[in-house]
Amino acid sequence: MSAAEDFSAEAFGDYLESQQNKSFLRFITCGSVDDGKSTLIGRLLFETKLIFEDQLAAIARDSKKHGTTGDDIDLALLVDGLEAEREQGITIDVAYRFFTTEKRKFIVADTPGHEQYTRNMATGASTADLAVLLIDARNGIQVQTKRHAFLVSLLGIRHVVLAVNKIDLVGFDQARFDAIKADFETFAAAFEFETLQAIPISARYGDNVVAASQNTPWYDGPTLLAHLEGIEVESDLAARPLRFPVQWVNRPNLDFRGFSGTVASGSVRPGDAVVVAGSGREAVVSRVCTFDGDMAEAGPSEAVTILLDREIDVSRGDVLVPPDHRPDVTDQLAAHVVWMAEDAMLSGRPYLLKIGTRTVTATITDIKHRIDVNTFEHLAAKSLGLNEVAFCNISLSEDVAFDPYEANRETGAFILIDRLTNATVGAGMVWFALRRATNIHWQALDINKQTRAAIKGQKPVVLWFTGLSGSGKSTIANLVEKRLSAQGRHTYLLDGDNVRHGLNRDLGFTDADRVENIRRVSETAKLFVDAGMIVLVSFISPFRSERRMARDLVESDEFFEVFVDTPIEVCRERDPKGLYQKADRGELKNFTGVDSPYEPPEAADLRIDTTDGPAEDHAETVVAMLKARGVID
Amino acid sequence: MPVQRGTHLKRLEDEAIHIMREVAAEFRNPVLLYSIGKDSTVMLHLARKAFYPSKPPFPFMHIDSTWEFQAMGEFRDRLFAELGFDLIVIRNDDGAKAGINPFDHGSNYYTNVMRTEPLKEALTRYGFDAAFGGGRRDEEKSRAKERVFSFRTASHGWDPKNQRPELWHIYNGRVAKGESIRVFPLSNWTELDIWQYIMLENIDIVPLYYAAERPVVERDGTLIMVDDERMVLEPHETPEHKKVRFRTLGCYPLTGAVESEADTLQEIVREMMIARTSERQGRVIDHDEAGSMEKKKREGYF
Repeated sequence: MSAAEDFSAEAFGDYLESQQNKSFLRFITCGSVDDGKSTLIGRLLFETKLIFEDQLAAIARDSKKHGTTGDDIDLALLVDGLEAEREQGITIDVAYRFFTTEKRKFIVADTPGHEQYTRNMATGASTADLAVLLIDARNGIQVQTKRHAFLVSLLGIRHVVLAVNKIDLVGFDQARFDAIKADFETFAAAFEFETLQAIPISARYGDNVVAASQNTPWYDGPTLLAHLEGIEVESDLAARPLRFPVQWVNRPNLDFRGFSGTVASGSVRPGDAVVVAGSGREAVVSRVCTFDGDMAEAGPSEAVTILLDREIDVSRGDVLVPPDHRPDVTDQLAAHVVWMAEDAMLSGRPYLLKIGTRTVTATITDIKHRIDVNTFEHLAAKSLGLNEVAFCNISLSEDVAFDPYEANRETGAFILIDRLTNATVGAGMVWFALRRATNIHWQALDINKQTRAAIKGQKPVVLWFTGLSGSGKSTIANLVEKRLSAQGRHTYLLDGDNVRHGLNRDLGFTDADRVENIRRVSETAKLFVDAGMIVLVSFISPFRSERRMARDLVESDEFFEVFVDTPIEVCRERDPKGLYQKADRGELKNFTGVDSPYEPPEAADLRIDTTDGPAEDHAETVVAMLKARGVID
Repeated sequence: MPVQRGTHLKRLEDEAIHIMREVAAEFRNPVLLYSIGKDSTVMLHLARKAFYPSKPPFPFMHIDSTWEFQAMGEFRDRLFAELGFDLIVIRNDDGAKAGINPFDHGSNYYTNVMRTEPLKEALTRYGFDAAFGGGRRDEEKSRAKERVFSFRTASHGWDPKNQRPELWHIYNGRVAKGESIRVFPLSNWTELDIWQYIMLENIDIVPLYYAAERPVVERDGTLIMVDDERMVLEPHETPEHKKVRFRTLGCYPLTGAVESEADTLQEIVREMMIARTSERQGRVIDHDEAGSMEKKKREGYF
């Protein structure tokens, strides 16, 4: 920037030209409060002259109030943003800082170092190509240094700088620096970082940050800034096979149908054959379209719109890939998960998983082991707390395409979202597909749901009746089926009792068996929908999460939850099968409403109060809903 | 000439387009908050690119405080007439009738009544679940930690302690009814990036950014332009014609001008790079009190 001041207006054009062609580096700084991390970033901003006069004046004022450097300006105050942090004197979130030199533009993620902020470090590291690990020369390698190195490695950063700070406080002692460097190299060898550069610095006084220090004549390596400017971190994403996650179907008119997205890896050119990773449908790229004109080729991180030579089924969440280099497509995978929420992660609880542009339901089926972030020990675990890391098996509600994180950071990363609070609760890195489903690519069937439904002249849906035993579910479902049948609709009724005599005869009534009972019925209902049928399911199905799972198996407009809401007293009074009496006598265990809970729907598509009017009227209400929702005419 | 492949600016452009497409795909009812300033004009330009050849699949909304520079309204109307995009203009007519103004009521109260409250009211009334804003992380300290998808409660509040972790390029766009997300596609841009981009992409911006002779008075060390007859002059004040330009735009009584000779984009960028004061200093609103931007954000200001 300083050079700009000397430029004449004429030379300035050339200067701008060179500005545009600067390379770019994103890095993260890790270290704890006392290691001087914020001071180091403040120093970099100060030395690259990115601190404006009014900001300096504000810091000088604040230094007197909060500063920890006596009468000197406290550069850390430049980067510790939020009021709460300034008061407590610690950085509690990820801050992004920008600076530029003659050669490069930089984005720095400044992250806190305490163990309780592991999630913030993972956040900052996820978009960084290099990590600067700060340590205090007086203290040497600490437990937290190991934690930082582990997390940096876990998040796939291949380039590390070990900044041995406060070298002034150990009298610029070479032996001290060499010992720390050797220590670090020994334990970090396992991480196989591509580059590892140790630099003795003083963030407070500037030694070896921008200018080589007079105080360390024994150090002949680069200064921190010179290293950051010079290092090559070019990822190999361009050389990898094409991965194009479709974000948005671009359809301005009938003549244009494009698939908008960002190239995750590889390249795409007109004429390239591609397949949809999940369905196996094949097509040839006809255009790579942008606002600025068509492109001959698009590469990693470029946002484009791809057009294909034929109409195939492609929607958001699909990934376009080369036919000969397909990613794994599976619903079972093993991954490292960093947990980011106060509420613990539980095996068996469903979460949402977003990978690329695809969101599916995911259940942690098994926590293989938790990893102690300080010692790297593998520990047994049933659940995972905030800031803990584990290796898990995950089961998904449908197939997704991915690559191992190690091979592709763009298509191997996912986040976990809590279904109730919508908070981002976890971050994951895929290790491998569990069933090695690689070679069993989904057969693209020519006859599909649409074809089958079209023959029957109807829209296939699931009508899911839930309610207590004796609530009248089956009675109403029967009447609805009769009415639909009379109108020439193709239907099938799955009834709880009947299914338990056949398909599910091996299942009992424990919570686990109830979940499996519903899972099988849900999958069966899905097959019927695929066959083009209107499926009526009449099951107590007491748990919200399983009804949700059933809903998630089909398209969102194919599922209708009908809550047959009959008070338990009325059900007891009816007790058509004498079951309540048995349960009361203790002859039936885990009976819903007696010693097992029923979770009523929070947003059913239809709620029926059976205490009001005859069953025929209620059946009519269900049919009316199907009309109103456009399922039948 | 558009930005070249492989450059820093192209990466920023691609990232912003990616973010906008995620929002269009995942939200029910997004809106782009258009302030007429250079950052939001860049955002509008990016929205054209992101969805081309389709029109951006969301409306644009301008909160008209009634005290903005006249040239801004003219620019806005011309631009939207040319593009044919949907524009919603929100004005607090009650506040205007009651004569709420930045001179008599102080910048805090005025901004709240004429900008923050109408914005929140409009977001609720239209049921927008995502709103694009032009905020950048390099602008101010409290923004350095802002997410690209910034979660807002049903009352549009921002709780800095309750923001979602944001990893890789995977954004969590799930909200419950009434809650919303403010989206900042320009998060990783710096002021210099914005100017370079405007120059390379040849983006039309409000003429007030270019230096010209304008009538100004000096108040508390800030040059305020006398944009219309509503400006009440102190007895000792006489408007002087000075060659000035504006680094940010907003309500004219709250927006300081800088003396400048820069009347081309290149000159502006050159001047900016030599500048020793940061962009927001021209905004009276920021230095009312320490941490003031953070407070405003919590209340729902952008």
